[in-house]
Order: sequence, then C-alpha cells, then structure tokens
Amino acid sequence: MLKNRIIPCLDVKNGRVVKGVNFVDLKDAGDPVEQAKIYSDGGADEICFLDITASNENRDTIYNVVERTSKKCFVPLTVGGGVRSIDDINKLLNCGADKVSINTAAVENPKVILDSSKKFGSQCIVVAIDAKKNGDKWEIFTHGGRNNSGLDALEYAKKMEDNGAGELLVTSMDRDGTQIGYDVDLMSKIASKVNIPLIASGGVGNLDHLVDGIKLGNASAVLAASIFHYGKHSVQEAKEYLDSKGIPVRI
Amino acid sequence: MKITIVDYNSGNLSSVINSFKEVAKDKVNIEVTGDLNKIKSSDKVVLPGQGSFKSCVDALNKINGLTEALHEFAMNNKKPLLGICVGLQMFADIGYEETETKGLGWISGKVSKIDNQNGKYKLPHIGWNQINIVKQSKIFENIKNNSHMYFVHSYEFIPEDKNVISATTDYSSNIVCSVETENIFGTQFHPEKSDKLGLKIIDNFINI
Repeated sequence: MLKNRIIPCLDVKNGRVVKGVNFVDLKDAGDPVEQAKIYSDGGADEICFLDITASNENRDTIYNVVERTSKKCFVPLTVGGGVRSIDDINKLLNCGADKVSINTAAVENPKVILDSSKKFGSQCIVVAIDAKKNGDKWEIFTHGGRNNSGLDALEYAKKMEDNGAGELLVTSMDRDGTQIGYDVDLMSKIASKVNIPLIASGGVGNLDHLVDGIKLGNASAVLAASIFHYGKHSVQEAKEYLDSKGIPVRI
Repeated sequence: MKITIVDYNSGNLSSVINSFKEVAKDKVNIEVTGDLNKIKSSDKVVLPGQGSFKSCVDALNKINGLTEALHEFAMNNKKPLLGICVGLQMFADIGYEETETKGLGWISGKVSKIDNQNGKYKLPHIGWNQINIVKQSKIFENIKNNSHMYFVHSYEFIPEDKNVISATTDYSSNIVCSVETENIFGTQFHPEKSDKLGLKIIDNFINI
C-alpha cells in the first residue's frame, strides 16, 4: 500500500538555515546539510529546501547546499524558491536535487512547466501554488505571496496538471505561519480536481493538523516546517501519531 | 571491479551516482560514461532512466552503437546489469508512453500505463510503497519482505513470462517492481532514493 508522506521543509537563506532543529549535538546548527541529515535519519520521507535568498549575488549558495546534501541523504530532495528557467532546473538537478518546485515562473510563463516536464520528466516537476481565499474562491499569489495574479486556484491547478506537473505543492497563504492548521477546504477541492498527488502546506501547528491534511484535505503528502523545528516534534513522533490515527505511513 | 553507470544524456544521474559512490567507497571503481569501450570492459553496468520510455529509448539510440554494446554486455557476455525505473522498462519489447516505441527486447513484454481505475488512484505513483518479494533475488539479500521503497512512475512493465518477476507492489493492481533473469536485474522503484534499504540493494548488486 502506498504510504502518505511526511515532508519536513527547511527555509534556507544565503546557504544557511533560517529556522531549524535546535539540537545540542549539532556541530553547526545553521548548516542545512546537517539538519537534512537529522530529518532523513529520523524517517523523513522526503526533504524540502525552500531557498529564500533575496539577493541575486548569493543565489549560488543553494547549489552548494544541494550538492552536499545529496551526498549524505538518500531520500528524495525537493528544492524550490527562485527557480525561473530550464537552466535553473538543470543546475539544481545536476547538483543532486530530485525535484524542483516552481512557483512564480509557472504563473508568469506556464510554458516553462510544459518544456521542463518534457525535458526532465514530470517526476521532477512540482508546481508550487500559493493561494489565498477571496470570497468563495481562491486566487493564486506569486513572489512569495506579495502579488495577486487574480488566477483561480482550481483552474490553475488543472492547467498545471495538463502542462505536465508531476505534483502540486499547495500552500494556503491565509494559513501560512498561523499554526492553526491547513486550509483543508482548499486542499480537498484541488485534490478532487486533479489526478496528480497533492502536497499540503501552510499552517501546521500540531500533529492533528497533519492528520486533517490527509483525512480531510485528501493530500498525498503533508509538508511542515515549524513543528519540526526546535525539537517540538520529531518526524518519528509525527509518523507514530499518524499511524495511531489509522493513516498509512512508512515506519 | 569496475561498475559503469550508463550516461546517455537522459535525465538526472546525480542521485544514482551519489548512492553508488556512497556504497562503493574505495573498493569499487564507479564510472559514469556513455563510452562504448568503457562499457564493454566493465564488470557490471547500471542503466538508469528518467522521463518517458520514448525519450529514454531515443536518447539510447542517439549514441551510435550503444544499444548494441549493452546487448553484447548483457545478452551475449551475460554480465550483471541493473536497470532502474525506465532503465528496467526498456528491457521490454515495446512501450506505449507518448507513442508506441520499440524497447531493447531483452525480456518479452510491454510497458503500459497503470490503470488508475477512473481516477481512484493518483498518477504518477509517487512515494513509499511496500514490495512483495515473490522470488528470491540476489539483490534482495537481507531485504525483508514488505520493505518500503521509493517509487515514481505512471507506467508499468508487464512481462510475458511471470517467472522473471522477483517483487510486486500494490497500487491499483499488483505492479511488477523488480525482475531478475540470469544476469539481468531491474527495479521499478529507486534504490538510490530508498534510504538505507535502497543502499543495501545497491550493495547487493555490487557484491554479486
């Protein structure tokens, strides 16, 4: 039976972890590679890096991080943030990323999804959807949530599937950072609209939220950042909790 | 010993290379090349594959003499070869992804889209699934039945002779996820991304 995945996400800026697991035995708590290794040793089904490096001159730091991580972690590694072109995707894959997640570039130029899924295969193309509720629908935001594209999230999700996306990483902008749980309404609506797997993101504050993302949001995978930081919960704890709620996980 | 990971300009090899180097350490020489002579002189060959069946076959055919060299290595000289994902699928006679495409024809059978039962099953089949070992295989040494492996694919290999199947996985139906016949091995899942157990499978292949 296919298991639901738990994906810890690390925000990386200028090659350093912004928030992270605060374990005393870490040699360098700010090193994304060490953090990723802790997660993969702890049973993470995948690792996600979100590069939030703002300045262009430090963009290359992520390549070095990915390269070092892929030599130590032998679970899938997804990298997102600032991925704009076929060339960016190629560089990340060559450094050892298994998938790239593409956000703003996919909205501005949907053809990049078509071209990249043809060139590299759908299996490594994740389209990241940042959506915010407006009335009875959800709209797509870009540039880290700053710009409203006005696009309808459900229609956009379907279009990205048609363009060759292998997975959708759906983040509710209303919930992101709130710790009050995923927008399961948004997740389940998109999940029923498309036939590719959906990764739920944005808003996790406790382990029950992970359960809700799968049971109510119909997500194939749940992504979380802060609950795994500072040792609040380990990935293993999360998996055991999901298992106790009857959700199939890899233990 | 020299193991060659075949580089035929199709998809991303980094994870395969990293995992083999991690397992091999210094005891085995890992080469990554599409050079025919280097392939011929190898002790073992790994044939990865990402993207579509058609794009992989096309990429193989683009390198003059490569399919012949692989055929000689695996079918005539009977040296160990491991196909991963589309690398395994290409063993078939024919594949139906994008358009009907001729495969290597080493193991009779076809590669068809997984039946998603009218949307009941999401495709691609992405994530960790358990393998059901149906026949003892050299690459499953010390791998327990029902171990989890990492999958990502939408198409499945359906061999004519069911005796080649060494493991299946349950997704919509019992999908073939590993084959072994004489010196030819293949996994539909990605051992290079399947954590410690995946590395163990790679180690087993290296130690054949």
